[in-house]
Amino acid sequence: MNEYTYPILFGIIVGTAIRVYMLRTDYRQYPTYLHGKIIHLSLGFIAAALGTIAIPSIMEKEFTAVTFLTLAASQFREVRNMERNTLAEMDSYELVPRGNTYIEGIAVAFESRNYLVIFTSFVVTLAYLALNIWGALVATVLCFIGCKVWMSGSKLSDIVTIEHSTLSFEGAGLYVDNIYIMNIGLPERQEEILKYGMGFILTPKSFSVRSTIANLGQRQAILHDVSVSLGVFRDSGTPALVPLIKRDLNDGRIGVFILPQLQDPGRAKEIISAVPVLENAIQMPSKKN
Amino acid sequence: MKMEKAILAAVTTKTDKVAGSAAVFTCETKEEMEAVAANLEAILDGIAHALSDHLYIIVKH
Repeated sequence: MNEYTYPILFGIIVGTAIRVYMLRTDYRQYPTYLHGKIIHLSLGFIAAALGTIAIPSIMEKEFTAVTFLTLAASQFREVRNMERNTLAEMDSYELVPRGNTYIEGIAVAFESRNYLVIFTSFVVTLAYLALNIWGALVATVLCFIGCKVWMSGSKLSDIVTIEHSTLSFEGAGLYVDNIYIMNIGLPERQEEILKYGMGFILTPKSFSVRSTIANLGQRQAILHDVSVSLGVFRDSGTPALVPLIKRDLNDGRIGVFILPQLQDPGRAKEIISAVPVLENAIQMPSKKN
Repeated sequence: MKMEKAILAAVTTKTDKVAGSAAVFTCETKEEMEAVAANLEAILDGIAHALSDHLYIIVKH
């Protein structure tokens, strides 16, 4: 036991706690299993230890210890690769894949959360040593609030308005409202699609948003989330039954065609509203004045 | 070269409308054409697209 024992313990506990807090598993999210969680909790613990120990090292004038942080950086980049590889491997076996943009978004989140843990542990330990335990508690609360506010990205309902729309056929062409989706030749397929299909029109709320929802990765993310939540009327060997999103070139609206097993337009609308806006899809053309 | 899309087969009731390297299936009636196209769709793992009332193509996407 020395003067640093409690600050270090405190820093590690808070750091690990914030990793637990950020490791929420909801209906569409990976990791869903215990082993995946243990990997991330262990890495969170290591990150917390690294962030914490930086402060006593500096106070003891052991400046070279900071180089450990660079080691941490390369370590956590590895986490990102690991997540990307796992998800990309699994993606080919999904009936409706996540798509690379979504996977990249998830992988980036995993990496950045470890840095947040390092940062939190660093700040909390600094507050403990420079002030006292109360200062450290205040820093803890601020870090939790910061993580909550900054790390939850926007949802689709923030940038588009969503309307339920009818499906129709003009000859062999399938339309959602007036947006052409695809050519379905066989009459029996057409019947199935009219019976099980559902259409939605997403209208962008501003000009910048147009390119975001036009992004193919963002569109795939919508289809994946809806299919995970509502099920999908599809199997391998039925390529004609595929949920698709197409764009109206005139005004940037997108037409979402889905084949949910749970026929509930209200629920489907809720789920589309809650689809995350992918960081990699965000573009801001209006920033150029 | 990786082929993104390819016409796997054509099913038609008017043979003079189709030519080329894809397999062409000639049918007597529209119903027969639909049945053949439905089977080919399942077998070839492609989508049956209707180009006209007399011509279906099976396309691998």
